[in-house]
Amino acid sequence: MFKKLSMAAIAVALSATSSLAATEVTWWHAMGGELGKKLEEIAQKFNESQSDYKVVPVYKGSYPETLTAAIAAFRAGQQPAIVQVFEVGTGTMMAAKGAVYPVYKLMADEGEPFDTKTFLSPVTGYYSDTKGNILSLPFNSSTPIMYYNKDVFKKAGLDPEVAPKTWKEVEEFSRKIVSSGAAKCGLTSAWITWVQTENLSALHDKPFGTLENGFGGVKSEFTFNGPLQVKHWANLKKWQDEGLFKYGGPVGGDQAATMFYSQECAITMNSSAGRAGVINNAKTFTPGFAPLPYYDDEIKEPKNSIIGGATLWVLNGKEKATYKGVAKFFSYLSKPEVQADWHQFTGYLPITNAAYDLGQKQGYYAKNPGSDIAIKQITRGTPSENSKGVRFGNFTQVRTIVDEEFQALLANKKDAKQSLDSAVQRGNALLREFEAANSN
Amino acid sequence: MDTKRTTFNNRLLPYLLLAPQLAITLVFFIWPAAQAVKSSFEREDPFGFSTVFVGLTHYRRLFEDPNYLDALWRTAVFAVSVTILSMMLGLAFAAAVDRLARSAKIYTTLLVWPYAVAPVVAGVLWWFLFNTSTGLLPFFLERIGIRWDHDLNGTHAMILIIIAAAWKQISYNFLFFLAGLQSVPQSLIEAAAIDGSGPVRRFFTISLPLLSPTTFFLFIINVNYTMFDTFPIVDATTGGGPAQATTTLVYKVYQDGYVGLNIGSSSAQSVLLMLIVMLLTFVQFRFVERRVQY
Repeated sequence: MFKKLSMAAIAVALSATSSLAATEVTWWHAMGGELGKKLEEIAQKFNESQSDYKVVPVYKGSYPETLTAAIAAFRAGQQPAIVQVFEVGTGTMMAAKGAVYPVYKLMADEGEPFDTKTFLSPVTGYYSDTKGNILSLPFNSSTPIMYYNKDVFKKAGLDPEVAPKTWKEVEEFSRKIVSSGAAKCGLTSAWITWVQTENLSALHDKPFGTLENGFGGVKSEFTFNGPLQVKHWANLKKWQDEGLFKYGGPVGGDQAATMFYSQECAITMNSSAGRAGVINNAKTFTPGFAPLPYYDDEIKEPKNSIIGGATLWVLNGKEKATYKGVAKFFSYLSKPEVQADWHQFTGYLPITNAAYDLGQKQGYYAKNPGSDIAIKQITRGTPSENSKGVRFGNFTQVRTIVDEEFQALLANKKDAKQSLDSAVQRGNALLREFEAANSN
Repeated sequence: MDTKRTTFNNRLLPYLLLAPQLAITLVFFIWPAAQAVKSSFEREDPFGFSTVFVGLTHYRRLFEDPNYLDALWRTAVFAVSVTILSMMLGLAFAAAVDRLARSAKIYTTLLVWPYAVAPVVAGVLWWFLFNTSTGLLPFFLERIGIRWDHDLNGTHAMILIIIAAAWKQISYNFLFFLAGLQSVPQSLIEAAAIDGSGPVRRFFTISLPLLSPTTFFLFIINVNYTMFDTFPIVDATTGGGPAQATTTLVYKVYQDGYVGLNIGSSSAQSVLLMLIVMLLTFVQFRFVERRVQY
């Protein structure tokens, strides 16, 4: 016991002396496993590149856990300087004006160069206020893409190099795959909320909610129970009944990846950050990568997809020197080499155009076919009001509701229209609660 | 029964001896409970910049919310099923082990094992066993014509958490029942045996009635267990789904308060949960305890 205490005392003394030399910048994040190691490597490289600041990354668990921990810490006056918040928490962070030090302001105050135009526009659009100012630094952004099993395609008599482009083709291909016995199911999907509802709406230029999908303020309402979404949900239900579609579970849909890896399902849709996992797990088959499908009777050319993942928020209440360090660190993070390295290692999007260009120069995309599908998909065309993203308060809970209603649909309790209507109605109640809590 | 009484002359000493326990109760129970009551009357943004007194709004909303009323009913089903299942199996195992002359210790050790397992590990374990695409049990169930799917079938999901929660609690009940059975006077059993009654009859007419204090104690403990301690099991197996089919009251507190950051409503739910358990315990002591023989 005594030994432990004295060890602790030494540790405290050591950290105290080191903080005399360098200002500490704490960074709470939600990256576990390999991603966490890579993140720590980035922080360490920054620390070695200079001697004035020391970035200390702390793993805080899942995204919701990290957000809640940061909020609790803020209330207790123990907040970190930087916290990684997933895109669903954006509405919550934006409403908390007193807690957040906007990134555009921080960079200007500290005289660090920060040009919004160098960033990928669909990414920055998501995290900007209505005036176009970036409030948090994009770090790990992803977008959903389609993964398919080339071997199963071949077995079913399909061309393994041709992925289905439209939902009609997805249906036809799946039917062929199942009826030929090449696989037990045609398609599955992770993230029913994010991929099959939010991104579906964006791709077809249909609103998810009023006031520019919530970007215009807290008075917005959900409108994702339109004819397109109803049609798509009804299709998924119909395909489930025919055995073409298999449900992968709520939230991230853990079962979807398993069913794809075990070759039970031939097609899956998931985050581009799932690419490394697919490559590692597809030992006995060749995976193919493709953009998300669309309905060609709804839109001729699909719009850009929207992002997921997380950004880095700066919290108020720290000393001036700490913010200087944060600004320096953010400049470092935005460097093309740092960004390209992170993007190629993880499958997250490159945040800046320069990082993408660097990858091209390095020949990364040529060597790894399919690795640039996510970037091409998210940068195609000009983002419209409906395709620049979604931003709502209480959105974590809203996603849970959408999952629940989708389950009710698949369990035959409601039809597509009823379940979407109910999701919109229950979601709007949460929006009104958020509005009430954030307008006084 | 004669008691040995030790008399303390110092008037302050008893208070001093009680003080640590009282302090702990105050800091870790009374204070947080009072905080919960306070914040159940308030509406607050997550960061705590503005707090508005809203009176009984949260409580009124809860009783108008069909999801909350469903969770209430669901919790009742869950609590009753887990309590009955784990107590009956605990008693059955205890009776079986009690009859063993040899190797009783080995069985006791094996049966107590699950209690040492953390609830979340128990949850993950059953989640693996019942996993729809890789689990062992759905594979066998399919052979007898049952398509197991707790991802979509609410009843299946409920059965899953009942089994997982009961499995963990059987050990505890087993230990107490075994101790109770072993304190049944041997002379009574022998007398009954000489009178010609068989083991089953002896169990139901002698052992079981004498176990009533144990049963009563376990009943209260088990209900409390299902109300509060089963949270990790739900979280690790079903996450409250599908479509809230396994969202019990305590899980809803977590969902709304921790994940949803709706502190006011979540506090109101904790207060209600606390009241429900207090009421249940009161009813049990007031009415059930009278029938218990000591």
